[in-house]
Amino acid sequence: MTYLAKSPWIVHYNASSCNGCDIEILAALTPVFDVERFGIINTGNPKHADILLCTGSVNEQNRVPLKNVYDQMPEPKVVIAIGICATSGGVFRECYNVSGGIDTTIPVDVYVPGCAARPESIIDGVVTALGILEEKRKKMAEKNRAGKPAAGEAV
Amino acid sequence: MIPEPFQAIAYALVYILLAPALGGLIAGIDRKVTARMQGRVGPPVLQPFYDVLKLFEKENPVVTETQNFYVLSYVVFMVVAGALFFSGGDMLLVIFAFTLSHIFLVLGAYASFSPYSHVGAERELLQIIAYEPMIILTAVGMYMVTKSFFVSDIISAPVPMILYLPGIFIGYLIVLTIKLRKSPFDLSTSHHAHQEIVKGVTTDFAGPNLGTIEIAHWYEYVFLLGVIWLFFAWNPVIAIVAILGAYFLEILIDNTMARVKWQLMLRSAWVIAGTLGLVNLGVLYYLRMVAVP
Repeated sequence: MTYLAKSPWIVHYNASSCNGCDIEILAALTPVFDVERFGIINTGNPKHADILLCTGSVNEQNRVPLKNVYDQMPEPKVVIAIGICATSGGVFRECYNVSGGIDTTIPVDVYVPGCAARPESIIDGVVTALGILEEKRKKMAEKNRAGKPAAGEAV
Repeated sequence: MIPEPFQAIAYALVYILLAPALGGLIAGIDRKVTARMQGRVGPPVLQPFYDVLKLFEKENPVVTETQNFYVLSYVVFMVVAGALFFSGGDMLLVIFAFTLSHIFLVLGAYASFSPYSHVGAERELLQIIAYEPMIILTAVGMYMVTKSFFVSDIISAPVPMILYLPGIFIGYLIVLTIKLRKSPFDLSTSHHAHQEIVKGVTTDFAGPNLGTIEIAHWYEYVFLLGVIWLFFAWNPVIAIVAILGAYFLEILIDNTMARVKWQLMLRSAWVIAGTLGLVNLGVLYYLRMVAVP
């Protein structure tokens, strides 16, 4: 039994997005879609979050902040790249100042394409991420068990 | 009168065991009602329990080791305050333990290096400064009616406390808004998605530490609503109705008010304590309505 899937808290980072996908993320929090039904809360604090929602094709200005946000999240955590810019760089892929997608900076677990990604597909992406989150939690629990000395063993 | 020792211990144990369950349930109903007020469906009523159990499944990244100690002290002193209260202890001691627990939370926030955490800690201190006079006046008012600071005596007073202390009751409801972290006074941290200071005092707490803070908050809920009970202790039915009504009012205020600046919070809390509280006490003193033997 896990509670991680019942209360996934998200943090949203805009890595030079045009705000199209950001508006759609916020739309998912409005009464029409109301993701709090599933326990999803937009925390605004990476240390409280389980899921990182990223939009935009990363550029040199926000590469380090993005890495910082990712590093501050406690394990287990998943990253969702939202919008075509975040998944591959989109139409900006060839630009001189763009690194082309979130996965050029941090590991991404779920890709949600679209320009802009629709709230339905964002919610679908989050639900997919919950499965991955659960797998990661199991791995973490096994690792913790393996790391701990057995009862009676000298430390 | 010193309360029956075993009875007192039993009440304290019941509080320690049941308060988290009751507090979490209150928080869940709170979120559901809030969602309905905003035209949303809202999370399941048991959502706060899922949240806290999840937090204990996460890794615990601490910024400084001292944080763990401060968080533990926060929850321990909150439990001590509530247990003293429900075992019929001295109201002043309860308030001291209650304040001390919040000081530990502030110290925990100051122990980290994040400026957001420091802003949250400062605001938490301002909140303590704002509500403390009114809380103490509440205890003093109850003393003036019953001639005792012991909760066991206050609760067995045959007179309806609310009729003697209407001003203090209204003042207490207003500082309750600060204590329950509701708008317009949710300055240091909030349950809503206000993000201007990230998450205030809880910014640098994560995983199990954050879960512990949440559990302490549930203990706090039950204690604070228990104080409302004292005002209506002569009739339990009215007391329960009053607690439900007061809590609903807090949710309504939370959903209809914008957050204020700290200056206005401090001023309004003190003006209310100074007018409603002190005038209430003055009238009591003047009329010598200290009737109960």
